[in-house]
Amino acid sequence: MALLEAHRLTAFYGDFQALYGIDLVLNEGETIAIIGANGAGKSTFLKTVAGLLRAPADGVVLDGRPIGGLPPAEIVRMGISLVPEGRRLFPSLSVEENLKIGAYGRREAGYWTLDRLYELFPALAERREAPSQTLSGGQQQMAAIARALMANPRVLLCDEISLGLAPIVIRGIYAALPDIKANGASVILVEQDIVQALKVADRVYCFQEGRLALTGKPAELTPETIHAAYFGT
Amino acid sequence: MIGTLNTVLQGVMLGGLYALFAAGLSLIFGIMRLVNLAHGDLIVLAAFVVLGLMHALGLDPFLATLVAMPVLAAFGYALQHLLLNRTLGRDILPPLLVTFGLSIIIQNGLLETFSADSQRLKAGAIEVASVELVPGLAVGVIQLVTLASAVGVILGLNLLFYRTELGRAFRATSDDPEIAQLMGIDNRHIFALAMAVAMAVIAVSALYLGMRANFDPTIGPARLIYAFEAVIIGGLGSFWGTLAGGVIIGVAQTVGAAINPEWQVLAGHLAFLAVLVLRPRGLFPRGSE
Repeated sequence: MALLEAHRLTAFYGDFQALYGIDLVLNEGETIAIIGANGAGKSTFLKTVAGLLRAPADGVVLDGRPIGGLPPAEIVRMGISLVPEGRRLFPSLSVEENLKIGAYGRREAGYWTLDRLYELFPALAERREAPSQTLSGGQQQMAAIARALMANPRVLLCDEISLGLAPIVIRGIYAALPDIKANGASVILVEQDIVQALKVADRVYCFQEGRLALTGKPAELTPETIHAAYFGT
Repeated sequence: MIGTLNTVLQGVMLGGLYALFAAGLSLIFGIMRLVNLAHGDLIVLAAFVVLGLMHALGLDPFLATLVAMPVLAAFGYALQHLLLNRTLGRDILPPLLVTFGLSIIIQNGLLETFSADSQRLKAGAIEVASVELVPGLAVGVIQLVTLASAVGVILGLNLLFYRTELGRAFRATSDDPEIAQLMGIDNRHIFALAMAVAMAVIAVSALYLGMRANFDPTIGPARLIYAFEAVIIGGLGSFWGTLAGGVIIGVAQTVGAAINPEWQVLAGHLAFLAVLVLRPRGLFPRGSE
């Protein structure tokens, strides 16, 4: 059963077209990864689904209902949360205040609460009163994920959550993924790190210059096909 | 000695008035980066609303202001929702142009409605009452109440900002409006609430504007300048800084006037320029709190 679908989804930055008709399906309980070179449209795709960029109404469908073009504040309340690229915590708010802002997007009571998120990321519990900018990069990424989970999303969109982090820190963050999935969220990951993406994803989509170049299960993809889809040789 | 002390004290209390003018401006700029060129005219408009309520309901100025606050807050919400929200975006020019136009509309609307006559909010005996702090040093009750109100308003705004859920949403929206929307915050509603709070503060500043001196429909822009200077001296985004900025301008003006009455206004502007030269980001820029 498809939870989220993109149908011939297009997106523009002014006159510049960034997505040329993307078709994508996320099933309930699935984790999918979107890979591709810089400028392939991966982040643009997530931003468009989250409502930050304009989309045709039936370009994004949640539970069979067209939601394209709705304002982001409404989309998050329907159950789609974005962990933005670069973490983008609110600098003048403490860690806990950042998480509390995340609760604005909550539809109904769900599994994730402040206490459960502090259990998921114990490092945040120790720093809950700290200004968000004093956290390490890894802790900031945890806080950004926790903030998105405060809305109890059904679809969690993660944009480059491993960017700029040490491998051991990345492992720590990805260790939370099974817990997140077990508690009601299906996940779309945008990843630069292909190895990481293939390891955790049920299916992979590879974008190239705003178009879908390749899709399949990680086991079905060979390095050659991925290379070709990446660079368009 | 007493004379100097008196001058400075009068300046501090005048600074309370300027801080009240500036508090609403500081709030609006802090949250939505909107430079409201009609701020001074909104203060004058509020003074006429208070005047109208005094006449219509037979109230004293303080009670009339209490009645005016929710009315003006509702007006502020509507103004932001229907007009100013449409001007906000990446381009900083539309809000400047629209609030400049609003300033002209308010001035001329008030001229048409109330004429160019000078008005005053008559408060009776309290206007001339004073308390003697030490022998030979007395301060006016109105001046004292003005300063106390300024401190109260700043205190209240700080509590609102740093102790309430609405304040948290204000700060988050101010930090990063795009991400705030992603979190489920309706920025347009938050901005409209901020303007509502600002209009309530404007009602308080209008009360003291009208009780302490005459006002007419054209004096708004001059109040705007003092308000801007106080905000910038204090550092954008800091309410206590805004209070300090108001006091610095007030003291500079009374000290300047004590030296030579012609220097009153000039001294305030010079103090502003001096702070700009020495501390371009103001005394308490946000991030240092």
